[in-house]
Amino acid sequence: MIRSLPNTTAYTITYRIYVGLFFLFLVIPLIAISVLAFNDSNYIALPWNGFTLDWFFSATDEREGLFADSNLLESINTSLTTALIVATMSTVIGTIAALLFEEEQFRLKGLLYFLALTPLVIPGVILGISILLSSTYAGNLIEKNFGVDIELFRPSYWLVIFGQFSFGATYVMLLVAARLKKFDRSLEEAALSLKATRVQAIWYITIPFLRPAIIGAFIVAFLLSFSNINTTIFLVGSDPTLPIDLYSRIRFSSTPVLNAISFLIVLIITLFALVNFFIKRKSDD
Amino acid sequence: MSQNAKLQNTLQTTKPKNSFNVTLYLLIIPVLLWLVLLIVLPHLDLLVSSFEIENDDGEMVFSLANYIAFFKEEIYWLTFVKTAAYAIGVTALAFIITFPVAFYLTKVISKKNAAFFILLLLIPLWVGELVTVYGWMVLLGDHGIINHFLMAIGIVDEPINMLYTDFSMIIGLLYMSMLFMVVPVMSTLESLDDSLIEAASDLGASKWTIFRTIIIPYSMPGIVSGAIIVFMLVIGDYLAPNILGGKSSLWFTEQIYNKFLTTFNWNEGAAFGFLLLMLSSGIIWLALKFSGQKLDRVGS
Repeated sequence: MIRSLPNTTAYTITYRIYVGLFFLFLVIPLIAISVLAFNDSNYIALPWNGFTLDWFFSATDEREGLFADSNLLESINTSLTTALIVATMSTVIGTIAALLFEEEQFRLKGLLYFLALTPLVIPGVILGISILLSSTYAGNLIEKNFGVDIELFRPSYWLVIFGQFSFGATYVMLLVAARLKKFDRSLEEAALSLKATRVQAIWYITIPFLRPAIIGAFIVAFLLSFSNINTTIFLVGSDPTLPIDLYSRIRFSSTPVLNAISFLIVLIITLFALVNFFIKRKSDD
Repeated sequence: MSQNAKLQNTLQTTKPKNSFNVTLYLLIIPVLLWLVLLIVLPHLDLLVSSFEIENDDGEMVFSLANYIAFFKEEIYWLTFVKTAAYAIGVTALAFIITFPVAFYLTKVISKKNAAFFILLLLIPLWVGELVTVYGWMVLLGDHGIINHFLMAIGIVDEPINMLYTDFSMIIGLLYMSMLFMVVPVMSTLESLDDSLIEAASDLGASKWTIFRTIIIPYSMPGIVSGAIIVFMLVIGDYLAPNILGGKSSLWFTEQIYNKFLTTFNWNEGAAFGFLLLMLSSGIIWLALKFSGQKLDRVGS
């Protein structure tokens, strides 16, 4: 059953086959799109017509490759900048929240902590529509009273950022708090007794200790933002993020350029995961 | 540790009682802004909007009409019930399918070999739902890879209709959510001491007995965490039902989407949203209550 106990051969083999099938199930959609990204065909599926790089580099009317498609490049750019801003904001506020809930005592702490956790269990769609409703309401109120139309309150680039940040900060908070639990408080107290202010102690002692968790949390927030669609779809304005752009292409005009961009995403994530894997293994050895 | 605690106590008691704690305010203000502006107010607005309709003069007035519409139209509450039932079903399936894998990676193979498989588990997670759902669309279509393969080896003569059915929708929902079951289950299984299983085995317990009386009870906290996340993701998912589901596989999030972005009846959409929120938090609350688990355990 486990490493140290003997098993019948039939049991071991069946178990291995099951796990093998599971991993096949896991990788098959990724492999399928990656292979089809190089298919010399105008349709997204089989049959295989030979190898081509058209869906990356071609710039004809019939085949507009990924790197020739200015709309697609524009939405990739939107997604990247959005994700950078969201990850930065989430990391700052999430880290502050972790410090607040781990180190400070104050009234209504339990309630605030509960609220900070709720984005984990609120479906993204609900977050999207709630923020859309309240920002529209606020926008209308300001327009009625002051006669100015503020873009932030309409579905727009910045509204997407705030929508994604609203849950990104929760994930950062949990990741940073997990490391903060292992922090030896006496280090901070030593700094305090040496006449550092509390803010200095946090900045020079606690934050450097938290750095690995903060970097990890930044990456998580970046990826959450980059792939988000449930919340974004309600808040997006005239500049679509990559998932929104891809979604409308899948619904209305599938061309193999979808395979090309999917392949690129899979490739980048896989390389990133591999690098991470080897760095980790090296530090474990 | 106790010395630290003592030191902290002395530090705290030596502080002047009415001191204005600057750090606390520096920390709490941004957090309050985040929670009040982006979590509390929007959801209050959702609740208020759901009880409002526009009257003939174009003013917003209190009304139950949005909720009455939900119960009157069969399609709405049927979709609601179907979404809930399917979400519970997918959560159960995710557990059944992934538990043996989580056990295999933590208890059967060596840690070094497991690391590679864990890496494989994480890739689809980070690639994102849209790409993987699209991948399944390419695989399952009438001219998709699976049908192509089945016809090539002569198992079937005509393509099997898999895409745009409940089957393809469930595959998509399962695929995008099941890894969130594996991760928490693996982390509880990792702390399960092998000698417990060895002892039971030495005393003649069968595999099934060990599984039922040791492994499952021990990994319950991980299972509950995983189940809550999976359920929440599935019930709130939009892409898999929308892209992989057929015309008959309506999902409740699609109804909300239609209300907001197709018919522009935001108030009815708000009511639907609030009902979905009640459903998901209700079931999660029940799960936490029966398992005696805390919400912050779910996140970790």
